[in-house]
Amino acid sequence: MSTKEVKVYSTPGCPWCRRAKRFLEDNGITYQDFNVAEDSAAREEMINKCYQLAVPTICIDGEVIVGFNEAVLKEKLGL
Amino acid sequence: MHELIIIGAGPAGMTAAVYAARKRIDTLLLSKELGGQPLTTTGIENYMGYQYIEGPELMQKFEEQVAQFPLEQRMGQGVVALSRLDAGFEVRADQGESYQGKAVIIATGKRPRPLNVPGEEGLRGRGVTYCAICDGPLFASMKVAVIGGGNSALEAADDMVKIAEHVYLVSLTPLTGDQILTDRVRDASNLSLFLEHEVVEIDGSSRVEAIKIRDLKTGEVKRLEVGGIFVEIGLIPNSELVNGLAHLNSIGEIEVNCANETNIPGLFAAGDVTNVPEKQIVVAAGEGAKAALRAHRYLQRL
Repeated sequence: MSTKEVKVYSTPGCPWCRRAKRFLEDNGITYQDFNVAEDSAAREEMINKCYQLAVPTICIDGEVIVGFNEAVLKEKLGL
Repeated sequence: MHELIIIGAGPAGMTAAVYAARKRIDTLLLSKELGGQPLTTTGIENYMGYQYIEGPELMQKFEEQVAQFPLEQRMGQGVVALSRLDAGFEVRADQGESYQGKAVIIATGKRPRPLNVPGEEGLRGRGVTYCAICDGPLFASMKVAVIGGGNSALEAADDMVKIAEHVYLVSLTPLTGDQILTDRVRDASNLSLFLEHEVVEIDGSSRVEAIKIRDLKTGEVKRLEVGGIFVEIGLIPNSELVNGLAHLNSIGEIEVNCANETNIPGLFAAGDVTNVPEKQIVVAAGEGAKAALRAHRYLQRL
């Protein structure tokens, strides 16, 4: 089981976000989900800390991954 | 060497995989991603069997159906080159691996067409976006530009006038989308239209700050301050891997006959990457089935 801190910045309409979250759930990864369409503080955090204006933006222990890329996620999460 | 390599796992590739597996062809399904373009489609009401289904959900069902069959899948691998061997083909993936197959089906689909202007590549994901439905809400209360004049651009503009402070709609041509959408966009109080204007540059250091557009009639260049740019200028076929090998039409689609055969024996293509007229999920799925059945017949005769 991974003990890394995983944050997902997502929007409700974004299909890649849903797939990314489903992937994490299927692999038993606990994550915090921020709906950046509603949560403006999280949106600012995503923009200012990660320099990203795209969803899903996924932070794993502070490392930023943009988009849903299964291979990269597996590598970073050690799956 | 595999008997068959299917490149691409959208509706065409996944359907081809099921048909190939049912014919007990030794098949490798190779793709950068599973699902293809329907993943960015919300409501689908014209895929038979479902009165309404969302794109990602339909592709999930495709995936599950493919998983019923014992075929080899390699995901996360984009194919960069395809070459002919004496008795088949060699496929080279972007992470260095190569695979060999007696026959190949190309089902690599299409991707959003980029503007190809300075600043675009570096600011991708930093204000430049190709998925309005995904990234739209991030630009709440900002000024944004939507580029394009067809239905996708109009839909993006129509969504963004509700979210953004102001929307600039920039199109090379007069608006070509449906009248109902055109009227709605023209009526929006916070939208400015720049028809017959071309994008010349995107400005910004760590994120998009402005866009420069040129009036095609007068040559005048304007600089619009925006935080986001939605590029909605159509799609281009992912056919680079067969460049110089198979015949392509004038817009880069792989030319196939009605049996999904290219001009190279053993090389088949299906779905949106081909010159088949309608780009629809149901059409792509059907084309994938045809390609696999034809490949089966080809392999039997070897």
